[in-house]
Amino acid sequence: MKNMEIPLSENLGHGHLACAGCGAAISMRLTLKALGEKTVMVFPASCWSIIPGFWPYSSYRITAIHAGFVTGGATASGVRAALDIRGDHETLVTVWAGDGATFDIGLQALSGAAERNEDIIYICNDNEGYMNTGTQRSSATPYLAWTTTTPVMQPKENPKKDIMAIMADHQIPYAATATIAYPEDLIKKMEKAKKIRGSRFIHLLSPCPPGWRTPSEVSVKISRLAVRSRVFPLYEIENGRTYTIQEETRIVPVREYLKLQGRFSHLTEKDIEEIQKRVDDTWERLMKRARC
Amino acid sequence: MKRVITGNQAVAYGVILSRVEVISAYPITPQTTIVEELSELIASGRLNTRFLKVESEHSAMAALIGASTGGVRCFTATSSHGLAYMHEMLHWASGARLPIVMVNVNRAIGPPWNIWNDQSDSLSQRDTGWIQFYCENNQEVLDTILQAYRIAESVKLPVMVVLDAYVLSHTSEPVEIPSMDEVDAFLPPYCPEFPIDTQEPRSYSVIATPEHFFEFRYKVQKAMEEVPEVVKKVDNEFRARFGRGYGAIERYGKEEAEVLLITSGTVTSTSGIVIRKLIEKGRSVAGVKIKRFRPFPSEEIYKVIRGAKKLAVIDRNLSPGVGGIFAHELRASLYSGEERPEVFGFISGLGGRDITPDLIEEAIQYTWEHPRPEGEILWLGLKK
Repeated sequence: MKNMEIPLSENLGHGHLACAGCGAAISMRLTLKALGEKTVMVFPASCWSIIPGFWPYSSYRITAIHAGFVTGGATASGVRAALDIRGDHETLVTVWAGDGATFDIGLQALSGAAERNEDIIYICNDNEGYMNTGTQRSSATPYLAWTTTTPVMQPKENPKKDIMAIMADHQIPYAATATIAYPEDLIKKMEKAKKIRGSRFIHLLSPCPPGWRTPSEVSVKISRLAVRSRVFPLYEIENGRTYTIQEETRIVPVREYLKLQGRFSHLTEKDIEEIQKRVDDTWERLMKRARC
Repeated sequence: MKRVITGNQAVAYGVILSRVEVISAYPITPQTTIVEELSELIASGRLNTRFLKVESEHSAMAALIGASTGGVRCFTATSSHGLAYMHEMLHWASGARLPIVMVNVNRAIGPPWNIWNDQSDSLSQRDTGWIQFYCENNQEVLDTILQAYRIAESVKLPVMVVLDAYVLSHTSEPVEIPSMDEVDAFLPPYCPEFPIDTQEPRSYSVIATPEHFFEFRYKVQKAMEEVPEVVKKVDNEFRARFGRGYGAIERYGKEEAEVLLITSGTVTSTSGIVIRKLIEKGRSVAGVKIKRFRPFPSEEIYKVIRGAKKLAVIDRNLSPGVGGIFAHELRASLYSGEERPEVFGFISGLGGRDITPDLIEEAIQYTWEHPRPEGEILWLGLKK
């Protein structure tokens, strides 16, 4: 990847309340660098109801609208409509929603906004579970992962929902995945999204030390291994059809990714083999879509 | 200009005349013709209005919360299950102090599935921090929408304008439609105090700890307490400009009456006929229409019931385990007064059954004959 300059601007200020090693705090910092000050961000309930701090303080240096859990797509649609009516077509209207608010409870409002091709950037900050409430399973939780509602005796039985495929099939102009170990890629995708009009969807994988049971210093490493193991490939989909995959050449077995995380420490050899098989299948499926 | 229009058309005229900038709605019987009418008017391109045709009522209200935060005048309409589905967002709109105006066409909530007139939908939202007005005719529907924006934007609370399914929503009657210029003079453009401005970034509706939350709620109550004065002022100005006014409540019939009939919505019109007939027969009766349900007009009511021995309340709604909601609130508001007339709480017309002149007369007759009610709930027109 070509070297690029990361913008110096800081729109997430000091004193926020994220956990040590929070992948999402890095995601947010990078995202706001890319989006700039002329941004309104809608926040359905998540860790980000807490992280910026309690009223009357805030570590955001952008306009932030806290919104109902279910309502990311809808609230942002309304903000966009208001700004448009006021003649402001420049200000970016964005959503920053967790995986619960995107994959689960807010999927309807997101689908509605995407179907209407609302001129918004919807960012899903995916930490693969309900982490703000203390790590319960969501439909973004990976197969066989531990959470407090999928205990090790009965870890998650279902695969992670393929949100990118769902969004691609809405035929929105732009959808992309990104993660913190690849900051240039993340910023490049945000900047690209900024230039496109209509519904744009960015899926960010943000490691969560308390939820994933990892030491706080390995978040970036885990993010990198997620890509190298093909658990979380980096790619873009334009208009639901044109796929661009940022292929990682240094492939590692999924075991390398899993073994760093306490949420997978109960896995047997057989489980790991099964996960590897599923990761390979999902990769094949992505390749097939990309070739079409 | 006078036109013969339905209640739902009157709603659409009210919205257009108020120069609403963002509409967001989802269709539901019997509200549907409102969104159809508005879609037509907006498609004609004569208005600077965006209509978000969202995928649910919950999103309809959420989108307006976003739009109203963005600093524009907003509108939606719904009914019944749609209103119930919005419930979470109703709290949000008032907590965020957004002057959204919504029309609710009263319809029963199932099961059993029912699409007819019943106030249980709007009354079960009574604790959400919305001002509520119940309308008696199509003219009042149009006029109340114009007033609602003035009131909402003055106290920074959302307003629900309520009309009866079919009896108003789908029934045509002559309505005086004011001109745009007249309405512009009465209703200036909305000037939000804290609109979105990326030059001056703010955070909206964020977390407040026990240290601060309490005071936010206190301020909502204080805003509610301002409503009676604001409604009076707005209504007086409206009357001066348009020659029509309503008030929070309206008393009609005998000056001094032993029995007072308390109603809301279209039942009031039917009651008016019955009371006139009874007065002609020499009965000392009168009626009170409650238009403003939230905040509940305790003081206004107390002034007009002086001297009455019995109040017959007709509720087209039921709070199971309590009874009629108007009767319940009335009893509570009378408790601290010196005069405490007997309250006869009649439940009638649930799920759209007609509340006929005969039934109303039966309620008055019963109240007349009994020193006190034989129960907290008196069923009117129930098949046994």
